[in-house]
Amino acid sequence: MSIIKLTPEEQATKLEAVLSKYKGQGQKALMSTLQQAQEIYGYLPLPVQRKVADALDVSVANVYGVISFYSFFSLKPKGEYAFNVCLGTACYVKGSQALLDKIEESLGIKSGDVTEDTKFSISSCRCVGACGLAPVLLVNDDVYGRLTPDEIPAIIAKYKEEANV
Amino acid sequence: MNMVNLTIDGVSVSVPSSYTVLEAAKEAGIKIPTLCYLKDVNQAGACRICLVEIEKARALAAACVMPVSEGMVVHTNSPKVRDTRKNTLEMILSDHNVDCLSCIRNQNCELQTLSQEYGIRKVTFSGVKSSSVMDTKSFSIVRDSSKCVKCGRCVAACQKQSIGLLSFLNRGFETTVGPAFDISMADAPCIYCGQCIVACPVGALYEKEETEQVWNAINDPSKHVVMQVAPAVRAAIGEEFGLPIGTRATGKMFAAIKRLGADKVYDTNFGADLTIMEEGTELINRIKNGGVLPMITSCSPGWVRFCEFYFPEFIPNLSTCKSPHEMEGAIIKTFYAQKNGIDPKDIFVVSVMPCTSKKTEAEREQLVNKDGLKDVDCVITTRELARMIREAGIDFKSLPDDGPDSDLLGEYTGAGVIFGATGGVMEAALRTVADILENKDLPDFEYTQVRGVEADVKEATVNLAGKDIKVAVAHSTAAARKLLDSIKDGTNNDYAFIEVMGCSGGCVCGGGQPIIDAQTLMSIDIRAERAKALYEEDKILPERKSHKNSQINKLYEEFLGEPNGHLSHELLHTSYSKREIYPDSVLED
Repeated sequence: MSIIKLTPEEQATKLEAVLSKYKGQGQKALMSTLQQAQEIYGYLPLPVQRKVADALDVSVANVYGVISFYSFFSLKPKGEYAFNVCLGTACYVKGSQALLDKIEESLGIKSGDVTEDTKFSISSCRCVGACGLAPVLLVNDDVYGRLTPDEIPAIIAKYKEEANV
Repeated sequence: MNMVNLTIDGVSVSVPSSYTVLEAAKEAGIKIPTLCYLKDVNQAGACRICLVEIEKARALAAACVMPVSEGMVVHTNSPKVRDTRKNTLEMILSDHNVDCLSCIRNQNCELQTLSQEYGIRKVTFSGVKSSSVMDTKSFSIVRDSSKCVKCGRCVAACQKQSIGLLSFLNRGFETTVGPAFDISMADAPCIYCGQCIVACPVGALYEKEETEQVWNAINDPSKHVVMQVAPAVRAAIGEEFGLPIGTRATGKMFAAIKRLGADKVYDTNFGADLTIMEEGTELINRIKNGGVLPMITSCSPGWVRFCEFYFPEFIPNLSTCKSPHEMEGAIIKTFYAQKNGIDPKDIFVVSVMPCTSKKTEAEREQLVNKDGLKDVDCVITTRELARMIREAGIDFKSLPDDGPDSDLLGEYTGAGVIFGATGGVMEAALRTVADILENKDLPDFEYTQVRGVEADVKEATVNLAGKDIKVAVAHSTAAARKLLDSIKDGTNNDYAFIEVMGCSGGCVCGGGQPIIDAQTLMSIDIRAERAKALYEEDKILPERKSHKNSQINKLYEEFLGEPNGHLSHELLHTSYSKREIYPDSVLED
């Protein structure tokens, strides 16, 4: 499954709708607002942070403080296919670092970055709550469990085909 | 009031139920050490220095946030408490840039004091130090995060100003305090009020020092150095030399400055009197000619920046008057230069100010004259002046009293002196405007209803020549925000004149004033104490209305013509412009 690409106008309209829902509610509505804003944009660039700050009546520094605290929030755009490797305790023990290394090697980018054609990005997270499946890889909303590094090339090939790369 | 009885270190006290253990201990005369706590600013329980042992409680409690309860038995000085505090201190020091001897806060640092009090001889924890930022880009404030103890006092102080420029960024060991994106304060919408500096317990935030430039100018024989001192400086400089808070040190201050070696020393009160002539006239003209009202004062550069960033729709309301020291600078480089036959290019004007925002104000392009000369060349804070006095080996406390030089710009009135306290500019303006409108020397000129620090927004209705006008005074930018919001939403639509000062209490508590530690601030309201010194000076001066300053009148006769006249407009008035908040360009680098 790929992220449904929105036009900048559609993004702006959707963000406006979210902001009007939380207008003036301050700090307590910040997390929900940021989460929904990130769903729309895929990440949280400065103009979005400014709008959120304005609408909620909190400072931009405050918004940035929350974004930089939670690894869930991203300051960089994600690829159309976002690879997210769980580095939580269970997954890590089960060898998720090797998965991450293999994905970085296969896509030729580092964790936190996006490929030049913006098709693929890699990130890591702390625990997706599916420890029974450790080690876990998420590609957008697709979950892959009990993976070994040698299964990675096939997974990447599948998405490359889907993306016509 | 609901009272609660408790025992602290064997002392029984009865305190209101709303008290914390820290406040109750204070009442009982027992000192509990603090670091992140700052009365009326920060109450976070974050640093764990104020831990106390409470009988029957599960763990040690932070006294600054622990509410009192009936029958509570508290120990502030048990071995467990002392050991824990020491441990905490060592942990803080393990990630602190401990270069105390060359630190700007050496001997005025709350962390240093605690380390001394707790006999920390070595830091047992070693390891990696977190990465740090040294931000020296602005003209006003330096941020050195290697000294930061993450107490959050600056974050809270900035929040209290309703600006919230500083925040905790990142997480865990990587946590820092700074503006969004960890950009320079110079690129963020900072007003440079410096309340973060006076809130900082350590040397992580301080003014951009310019004492070297002043020494260089003094030592340069081709420079004619004129120093001027703001009214609020006299109300606090004594604190730097061990005099009690609230001591009026006017005489010793002038004696000390003269010994530094400047060619001429004046009082910015002259500029304040001049401001009243111009601003009072501007107000009368605005009222008579249907100009934009309410007119809002423009003396406080922190407030002016706040207006430009956060309330640009009120820029037409700002008085076009330059601030007093800028007016005085402009007169020094014209009238004074002509009278003394000195080339203005050779004159170096130094302003000693209670303010960090004045440093940036002096760099405004609107405050450069048509020959490309800045009205004021250099601004130093009260603290920097104290450093220069110490460096010169001057024994401040034993100096004989002196005054400013008496020629040309040497006279000042009580109206000028009170500029340094909240309500002062308003009162000074009313004294003159009332006299001008009634064309007599009115005997009742103390407008006490605009004085004081109890309310952050003060209102009064004053009768000027048979007409009631409504005025308001706001101190702190949070108060200004509150007041301006009430004007915007139509709640208040009948003010004619408003005074705004960027800092709570006015200039006497500006960001350039001596830094008072949190323990002292628990029992003294320095805003009120310092203001007293100014009202005391107002009372003893022979003239207390700006238009009765004979040298001001001579300045108009011989040079300026009339208030708001052509030359005044060129030299004494200025303009403002809207500023963008976090424009996209801040991330381009």
